[in-house]
Amino acid sequence: MVVNLRGLNMSGNSVAHDQYRLDFKELDGRLVPDSPSWLSENRQIAFSEFENLGFRTTKRANERWKYTNIAPLARTGFRYRFEPNEDVVTIRSIRELLPWHEDWTRLVFVDGMYSDLLSNPDNNSSDVYVGQLREAMVDRSDVIENSLGSLVSYSKDGFLAANMAFLSDGAFVHVSNGVSPRKVIHLIFVSTGDEDPMVSYPRTLVLAGSGSDMTLVESYVGLLNNSYFTNAVTEVLVEDGSKVEHYRYMKESQDAFHVGTSRVQLGRDSTFSSSSFSQGSSIARNDLGVTFNSPGSSCSLSGLYQASDSEHVDSSIDIDHASPNCSSDQYFKGILDGNSRGVFSGKVLVRPEAQKTIARQADKNLLLSEGARINTKPSLEIFADDVVCSHGATAGALADELMFYMMSRGIDEKTARSLIVYGFASEIIDKFNLAPIRDRIECLLLDGSDFQ
Amino acid sequence: MLDIRDLQVEVSGERILKGVNLTVNAGEIHAVMGPNGSGKSTLTHVIAGKPGYDVVQGEVVFEGIDLLELSPDQRAREGIFLAFQYPVELPGVRNRQLLKSALDAVRLHRGQEELSAREFDKLFKTKVKEIGMDAELMKRSVNEGFSGGEKKRSEILQLSMLDPKLALLDETDSGLDIDALKSISESINRRVSSDRSTLLVTHYQRILNYVQPDCVHVLVDGIIVESGGRELASELEASGYKSFKDKDIQE
Ligand SMILES: Nc1ncnc2c1ncn2[C@@H]1O[C@H](COP(=O)(O)OP(=O)(O)O)[C@@H](O)[C@H]1O
Ligand SMILES: [Mg+2]
Repeated sequence: MVVNLRGLNMSGNSVAHDQYRLDFKELDGRLVPDSPSWLSENRQIAFSEFENLGFRTTKRANERWKYTNIAPLARTGFRYRFEPNEDVVTIRSIRELLPWHEDWTRLVFVDGMYSDLLSNPDNNSSDVYVGQLREAMVDRSDVIENSLGSLVSYSKDGFLAANMAFLSDGAFVHVSNGVSPRKVIHLIFVSTGDEDPMVSYPRTLVLAGSGSDMTLVESYVGLLNNSYFTNAVTEVLVEDGSKVEHYRYMKESQDAFHVGTSRVQLGRDSTFSSSSFSQGSSIARNDLGVTFNSPGSSCSLSGLYQASDSEHVDSSIDIDHASPNCSSDQYFKGILDGNSRGVFSGKVLVRPEAQKTIARQADKNLLLSEGARINTKPSLEIFADDVVCSHGATAGALADELMFYMMSRGIDEKTARSLIVYGFASEIIDKFNLAPIRDRIECLLLDGSDFQ
Repeated sequence: MLDIRDLQVEVSGERILKGVNLTVNAGEIHAVMGPNGSGKSTLTHVIAGKPGYDVVQGEVVFEGIDLLELSPDQRAREGIFLAFQYPVELPGVRNRQLLKSALDAVRLHRGQEELSAREFDKLFKTKVKEIGMDAELMKRSVNEGFSGGEKKRSEILQLSMLDPKLALLDETDSGLDIDALKSISESINRRVSSDRSTLLVTHYQRILNYVQPDCVHVLVDGIIVESGGRELASELEASGYKSFKDKDIQE
């Protein structure tokens, strides 16, 4: 059976597979001497899992990937970068690409490798640690060993397995109990790509101690117009009574592949809010899962996704209500132009023990062209009886009618488009409480809306 | 002001207008009446330049300009305004924002200066009051959550702000209570002047008790089967469209 699976997934992609195996061997050889043994073991198990799983390209019984075709990604032998490509990246070049504030605490990773030069870490006090995962594994080995990988299981998912197998560094954010860092924490992952397709494996671990309060931004951007693959994993452990305000900004190069998996676990009476902006690319997937394990907590997730030309953008939201008295709210909007495709799948599971759950989800889309498509699939699975749940999805209003209405008032086509797009998005943009992110998105919507 | 000659229009291969002739002189109010599905909205859409209609024959000339050559926004800037039968909702687009952009565009084209924010607000306020619109409502997004009647009033507010030469009012009277009908009629009457014309599309004669048209046309199945004075409207009231339909078939 295992042999069959391997044959099925890898046979057509043997070149790709050889590349991954070669790189894993090389990386493993380099890492083992300095790695804790638990990590080396984990990485090796993860790689053999990856060899079994591959990237599943079949559609059958593969609900989570129903509308996103990963065949082009699976067949490419993305190379791992061993030497940093730091010199092409400067502060000046990245601040043009992403939300930026001088004062923010900042970790910068270039092609997955930490950049000392570009970062502005905060790891001098015992209250807050924002720094390299690799260093933390030495300083805070037991904390990391207990939490790293606790929210993601790599035995079922090839992307998670690969991320674990190639884990050499990452971002570690630890806010101690009762502490509220004054500064916004910004984790930046820049890809420079190469003529050959390259892959990087950003990894983030966030521990929000009980009663803490933090604001965290993750940015994933491409510097040059290359095809590369970003396979990112983020785990956020939100302990009792704490509050995490989270933002995610994704604007990879147009030809890039991005599969980002985030898993969040909420402790008792905690609050997690997350707003994301996702710009489409070859594949741009934001997969966010939140688990309610203790009573009294709430999460509010919102997002704006945008794609044009033949870009693909995929938001996959998965909420697991496993405890009573919790509430979740999802509000997503998509703007699709050209021949682009948007995918939204929002799943809410309310388990029998999760009484008094309040769950809401909504997804709305604006289609700016006849060639643009959206697959929206909100689903509620409710096994408790005392709950308030609602979902609404509007597949997509075609912008034609709106355009004609505006133009019939004398407003030219370009202005009309901008007003419509901006108006549609404003409700979500308002949820970004940080001005640099709002400004960045507004810029993208207005300048980038130079529609043909 | 407006000359329509032998206008024939198709939508996805189906002939909807089958040779419409219509002349509206400056200063006149014309009413176009007809049963549902006769092509009244199609006529206003084609004049305003809505995409999706194939003009297979005929011409539409506005003050000597071939309208069919212009985009909808150019037509609007030349002085054409369409009050929609079904105004769309524009999520996130404020009424003020829409009207300011529209008025700026129109004034610029007329060689007038843009209004300052203060001048605009003053005008806006005056008009909102004049139309009897709820000022709070105007802070919302365009038509969002508006009742049918509120949408119609909002169309009239836009009309009165933009002050076009030719107003096309597509069933602006339907779904209104008597007070709203009166107030909208007042707005229509207020625009009457030697260089302002109005094409009033309706399938009830009710509004014609308040607005006196110079001319009434009956549109049945894509063709104007009869034109006359305002007495034609009363005739219609008495006998309905059926007699006209029969006439149409005989021809
Ligand atoms: N987009 C369209 N596609 C196909 N048929 C249409 C379309 N728009 C209008 N029609 C048809 O054209 C005819 C006239 O419609 P319309 O102009 O809306 O009539 P009225 O406004 O007089 O009620 C109707 O038979 C209608 O079904
Ligand atoms: Mg109509």
